[in-house]
Amino acid sequence: MRAQFVLSEISVGLRRNLTMTFAVIVSVALSLALAGGSLLAREQVSTMKGYWYDKVQVSVYLCNENDAESDPNCAKGAVTGQQKQQIRTELEKLRVVDRVYHESADEAFKHYQEQFKDSPLADSLTADQMQESYRVKLKDPTKYRVLQTAFSGRPGVQEVQDQRNLLENLFNLLNGMNIAALFVMGLMLVVALLLIVNTVRVSAFSRRRETGIMRLVGASSFYIQMPFILEAAIAGMIGAGFACVLLIGGKYFLIDSWLQEKIALINFIGWDAVFKVLPLLIAVGVLMPAVAAFFTLRKYLKV
Amino acid sequence: MIRFDSVTKSYPKQNRPALNDVSLDVERGEFVFLVGSSGSGKSTFLRLILREERASTGQVHVLGKDLARLSNWKVPQMRRQLGTVFQDFRLLANKTVAENVAFALEVIGKSRVQIRKTVPEVLDLVGLGGKEERMPGELSGGEQQRVAIARAFANRPMLLIADEPTGNLDPQTSVGIMKLLDRINRTGTTVVMATHDQQIVDQMRKRVIELERGRLVRDQSRGVYGYQH
Repeated sequence: MRAQFVLSEISVGLRRNLTMTFAVIVSVALSLALAGGSLLAREQVSTMKGYWYDKVQVSVYLCNENDAESDPNCAKGAVTGQQKQQIRTELEKLRVVDRVYHESADEAFKHYQEQFKDSPLADSLTADQMQESYRVKLKDPTKYRVLQTAFSGRPGVQEVQDQRNLLENLFNLLNGMNIAALFVMGLMLVVALLLIVNTVRVSAFSRRRETGIMRLVGASSFYIQMPFILEAAIAGMIGAGFACVLLIGGKYFLIDSWLQEKIALINFIGWDAVFKVLPLLIAVGVLMPAVAAFFTLRKYLKV
Repeated sequence: MIRFDSVTKSYPKQNRPALNDVSLDVERGEFVFLVGSSGSGKSTFLRLILREERASTGQVHVLGKDLARLSNWKVPQMRRQLGTVFQDFRLLANKTVAENVAFALEVIGKSRVQIRKTVPEVLDLVGLGGKEERMPGELSGGEQQRVAIARAFANRPMLLIADEPTGNLDPQTSVGIMKLLDRINRTGTTVVMATHDQQIVDQMRKRVIELERGRLVRDQSRGVYGYQH
């Protein structure tokens, strides 16, 4: 009897307040989709960091004949065989260094041509313009400074470049976007909360006759409040369901079938990351409206 | 059953207390009329019994419980032992007569079997047998009040509080309602009824408590209305 009674009260309540319920569902769906999206974006940044930091190297570019004429760092002329040898031994002696690869000018040219194979840039450089370099893999990619102080400015070294710097800009941009998304999400959550509070208030008001009678005959306040709380929780759950659909759709259509094909270089988040976020969204989507309803009712449904 | 010990109730922003130092006892099984002009404190008196309000000073005991010390979550339990009837009936217009009575039992968690047994019984008792499936809007005022009384009595309360139950009814219908309340009283239920209806009070010859400007001015067994409009 009890369950049946409560269920019928809820369905009556939700239908009576259809427009408000719809507003709650939409705002909960949007704010949770944003929340989930920014959680996933954060996850994306950290997978990208892991993936790229694994691959990034510090490049020690050596001076070639061309640089000797144009670059003040190479004023002492192109690098000599002896200098190269010395740089290599010293690099390998450093404790932060994991491995050292040598890339000759010819190899650099080949890589360059491969990378810009379809672009007119491919023909703009010649092999003797390319630089010889040591590609250094560090045990800890953040310890780049050690290398820089040790090698930049040395005879034969044109530049010590940390590839991580290039990525850092990208990651900063992504983090900035993430913070913006969190901010919007916060606003949406506030809007959703206000809507829930208002919906519950209207709902309580439109059923004040019923609740008044319930109070008089001695229904417990839990029993009086439960239909309202469940109503809010159900609306929230439907909203959270839509948020989940949006995220799954985003992962499927945006990442898997579009971005992944366009940008093969980036390792995108997998389904496991998405499925980790969904239960969280549902939990928030159910609990937040329920708690909001509970506190609203304390004010508007006195015993 | 009910005991007021020097009870005063003042509302904020009002100079004169709504009830001023009222003391009285109502015994089990009594039938009590509560009379007095509008604003004399009748409603406040009833609201204190129902614990919709708390006394500012003094003590209110109902069914052996000190209401000041009754915690909020125990109030519903206390109210289940009281029945309440109002001038405006307070029925749910979208539910049938039987559903209105059943609603009161559902929300206090009675089982389906119990409800199915109790509802026809109590509707018979108030003289509405056969009108179970009618909507309140199809009934006369007197019949609607009978539904409200059936609902109040469904849980067999020890105490029935009636706030001007005949206020919206013509004299003839009122007599019928009073006969019903009298019958309920004879089953052992204490009845406290606030009223303006001189004829009824004079006819019934029950205990009369009169309030005037918040003070108890008369407490007379087998009394008359005595108050001139």
